[in-house]
Amino acid sequence: MGGAVVLIVVVAAVIIALMVMGTYNGLVRLRNAVKNAWSQIDVQLKRRHDLIPNLVETAKGYMKHERETLEAVVKARNLAASARESGNVANSASAESQLSGAMANLFVVVERYPDLKANQNFLSLQEELTSTENKVSFARQFYNDSVMNFNNKIEMFPSNIVAGMFKFKAADFFEITEAAQREAPKVSFS
Amino acid sequence: MWEQIRANRRKSVALVIVMAGILLIFGFVIGEAAAPGAGPGGVFLALIIWLIMSLISYFAGGAIMLSVSGARKIEKQDNPRLFNIVEEMQLASGLPKMPDVYVIDDHAPNAFATGRDPQHCAVAVTTGLLNICNRDELQGVIAHEMAHVKNRDVLLMIMVGVLMGTIVMLADGLLRAFFWGGGGRRRSRTSSSKGGQAQAVMLIVALLLAILAPIIAQLLYLAVSRKREYLADACGAQFTRYPEGLASALEKISASTHDLRRANRATAPMYIINPLKQEGMAAANLSSTHPPIDERVRILRGMGGGAGYNDYESAYRKVTGKAGILPSGALAGSQPAEARQAIDDKEALKSDVERVRETTDMLWKMKNYAFIPCACGVTLKVPPGFNRPEIKCPHCGTAHKTQAT
Repeated sequence: MGGAVVLIVVVAAVIIALMVMGTYNGLVRLRNAVKNAWSQIDVQLKRRHDLIPNLVETAKGYMKHERETLEAVVKARNLAASARESGNVANSASAESQLSGAMANLFVVVERYPDLKANQNFLSLQEELTSTENKVSFARQFYNDSVMNFNNKIEMFPSNIVAGMFKFKAADFFEITEAAQREAPKVSFS
Repeated sequence: MWEQIRANRRKSVALVIVMAGILLIFGFVIGEAAAPGAGPGGVFLALIIWLIMSLISYFAGGAIMLSVSGARKIEKQDNPRLFNIVEEMQLASGLPKMPDVYVIDDHAPNAFATGRDPQHCAVAVTTGLLNICNRDELQGVIAHEMAHVKNRDVLLMIMVGVLMGTIVMLADGLLRAFFWGGGGRRRSRTSSSKGGQAQAVMLIVALLLAILAPIIAQLLYLAVSRKREYLADACGAQFTRYPEGLASALEKISASTHDLRRANRATAPMYIINPLKQEGMAAANLSSTHPPIDERVRILRGMGGGAGYNDYESAYRKVTGKAGILPSGALAGSQPAEARQAIDDKEALKSDVERVRETTDMLWKMKNYAFIPCACGVTLKVPPGFNRPEIKCPHCGTAHKTQAT
């Protein structure tokens, strides 16, 4: 009789231990997925920050009267670069959306300079930048999906117990404020 | 996403087992029909053929497919736009490795992906596709192909294709042996009439199987491959967040009147759209590896501003009136996604002429032609064997130095 009880207890303990182990490993896997997804964004952000000075340099020669626009881009770029280096996801996101706004302004202004638009170097830089922006947003999509999976697992029962035991913290989303990105740049042709 | 891959894997394994079962029974029956008691030998023979063919296509299938279709690998500088789009979709799909990018010099717009797993994958597009698609559309097509890689559809196509090939081969061989070897069977009947009778029954069963097995195998295969096309469309919409891109690309591809020169029945299921034009037959719907294109387009357009799996599922229900298409694991774990706006920058909205020029320039460069821009706006393309020191511009007559000097 006593032997049976002990056996049941032991079996139950083993099953619980296995379940905890499985959940823990699942959480670690998801957390690594989030980390990996973030490093993908990081690579693209860095590439974007590296490309912008080249673009500004090329544009400068043609756009004598657009110093303000160019300076705004350089300023936004420097802010975003330092935010990236600090590693704070939320700061980085807001700096990036400002940079996107400044870049959108620049590309609107470029329309007034046909010589610049025909410049081969500028064209290939523009393709690179456009694509890098796309890459940032696609990497962001994937990152946010990974964060969602991870955070769901942390908050949902029963994995939340294991997450609490081993102090897993929810990850931050990388949100770019749509307003700053979507806002149509104001241009006057007067 | 992972749920879905796992569900796919289970279904793939089930399909492969069922088809392997058909193959082995077939082998047994053939063996018994050839000589009483030779059934296990037949099974063994079928196994060996299957194994060898599987190994070859597992390790070399991608390379074979690429070389049969005449695809050539390109680097980033050959076509930065295509390369960037593939990279974008790699990020969106979360694949661990950038696939190799191949180009096929063919006017028929089409594309395919190969690779047994995400570590060994490649996408190939035709120059015809590059000519007619804008950035959004190309993105949609590449996303669809990456989804095939991500969902391990390519591996399934390889394994199932091989099984089907083996079954068809055995059936062919048997039918041929029956027509040529009828005399040998009669001689064996005289030795023992009882064994001869059993053998005759086996022979009839074998013949029935020879006719039925390839058909059953093909129907199974088609049902699965069409399901995977829908799933890849749904993933494509989810990756790009822009179902309209893929929809309008599919429309453009199907409207093309060019035939893909180097496609055949073996490679057809790999392409985004069936490259072999079908004569208008009712059976075409049942025997096609791809769902009807207008249906795919209507589903993608019916997603109502969403881009998630659930949007695709409800659009599918509305368009086809059927219960549903996506695995429940994919639906449960998916996040809602909103469709984005069309890409609106000048680089993406290039005219057709510019795109065609870009593509042909790429082909010239791949053939090692040198480019000399002339002041009058003409670009001279100098063939690699050109050995005179100077070349005149055919438009304005200015002499240019060539690299031969």
